Amino acid sequence: MSRLEIRSPLPGTFYRASSPDTPPFKADGDAVAGGDTIGLIEVMKTFQQIPAGLDGKNITFLVDNEEPVMAGQIIAEVDP
Amino acid sequence: MTIRSVLIANRGEIAVRIIRAAKALGIRTVQVHSAADADMLAVKLADEAINIGAPAPKKSYLNIDAIIAAARAAGVDAVHPGYGFLSENGDFADAVVAAGMIFIGPSGEAIRLLGDKVAAREIAKRAAVPTVPGSDGRVADIAAAEAIAERIGFPVMIKAAAGGGGRGIRIVQSLAELREQFPLASAEAAAAFGDGGLYMEKVITRARHIEVQIFGDGRNFVHCFERECSLQRRRQKVWEEAQAFLLPDDIRQRLCASAVALATEVGYRGAGTVEYLYDEDSRQFYFIEVNTRIQVEHPITEMITGIDLVQEMFKVAGGAPLSLSQSDIRTRGHAIECRINAEDPARGFTPAPGTVTRLSVPEGEGIRFDTLLYAGYTVPPFYDSLLGKLIVWAEDRNTCLDRLASALSNLTIEGLPTTIPLHLALARDPSVRKGAFHTRFLESWLETDFAAVDGVSAEVA
Repeated sequence: MSRLEIRSPLPGTFYRASSPDTPPFKADGDAVAGGDTIGLIEVMKTFQQIPAGLDGKNITFLVDNEEPVMAGQIIAEVDP
Repeated sequence: MTIRSVLIANRGEIAVRIIRAAKALGIRTVQVHSAADADMLAVKLADEAINIGAPAPKKSYLNIDAIIAAARAAGVDAVHPGYGFLSENGDFADAVVAAGMIFIGPSGEAIRLLGDKVAAREIAKRAAVPTVPGSDGRVADIAAAEAIAERIGFPVMIKAAAGGGGRGIRIVQSLAELREQFPLASAEAAAAFGDGGLYMEKVITRARHIEVQIFGDGRNFVHCFERECSLQRRRQKVWEEAQAFLLPDDIRQRLCASAVALATEVGYRGAGTVEYLYDEDSRQFYFIEVNTRIQVEHPITEMITGIDLVQEMFKVAGGAPLSLSQSDIRTRGHAIECRINAEDPARGFTPAPGTVTRLSVPEGEGIRFDTLLYAGYTVPPFYDSLLGKLIVWAEDRNTCLDRLASALSNLTIEGLPTTIPLHLALARDPSVRKGAFHTRFLESWLETDFAAVDGVSAEVA
């Protein structure tokens, strides 16, 4: 069974939580719904929420917190 | 000691500006850069470039150890911090000096003193510089905050003592709001700045932001007149002018003299800016803060005074006395700077990194473009959105606005959206021409007038 990909719509820096003191939006293994926020992308000092965009289970993040991402890069995968 | 080599601990257009000033003085330039900035213009222009780390600022441009190590490896005499990043970090200034090099700016001690908003306010008071009615220093608790608010009246601004650059500020309209916001502001300040200390100021509802360029060598102190920076969006300056339009001469003289008094009070060394709010109705000005570095908008001062402020920074840091006395500093004409950002004004100013496919820069008398761009350059997403500054000078303000509109029409940056359409609309706006602006002018103007001239963005894009 192939996994579904969640790609970054923007280039920037990826954050898994809204601040260093709060838990991540999603933990590895969580289920996600299309409207759920899975992280933030910082683009030129502004922050944009990244929605999952699809429903799935057992999320795995392929990008670490505070790592640079390119537009179109796969941030996470889920099981359908 | 005359400085013969310098490391530029910054990026973008200001790194380019510093390299140009250094080259004019025959100084060898070493440019540090993050892994995302290997292609930036400053790297191409510098004599040597050193990769200091990952794209995230805290892993590169904010990494004191990495920058000091690069400076040692390159064997430079001095470090220029530019603006932003570590430019107002007293510990960085100390680390540069401890490593046996010159920090191009004030001492770490002066940076810390003037960077603490509460301490700076006390210095201003000692120098008889008027301050905005507010708390005498940090506010101990909510009871003290309530007493201060009742004395100075609402609306009241709550500010983080360690804040700056427009961050860490909340405005409250009533006692109920104050009680609600005060603990939140303290927690937020502690999280953002590592210091939960707060102070309070009365909100001057219709104020102009006017600032004075100062320069000192530790013994002699001068001003290079003032700049008007009232056109702001989200507390970020968008458009600046020198001198301030329709500022009465007696006020200007007192304003500039007060900035020099403040510089004298702390024995200031280097370039600095003293920021004020000016209330046109009451003709009162009030000290806000000191920026202990070169400012983004320094070129407009250079255009009207003929002084090269960055070259002067190098000379003074190298131990030379100020090359100018106050009577040598005169102004001629009017200058305006437009900050050209990689943001889409038609889409809520969304920042948009991308690749510049075509670049055409206007030339001619009184036109200057300080930029990080070149055709083919890819603007990275990791830093601020400033692409360049179009600076235009003319004999008088009306001519300057006309020349600016023409220069903006001839500035072409293709491949990513920019704020050029916003500036073109401002340059043609009757209220801007009349000088009828204040710090909240731009945000309401964007909602009404700019929406109405949206055709401009289509025409230019």
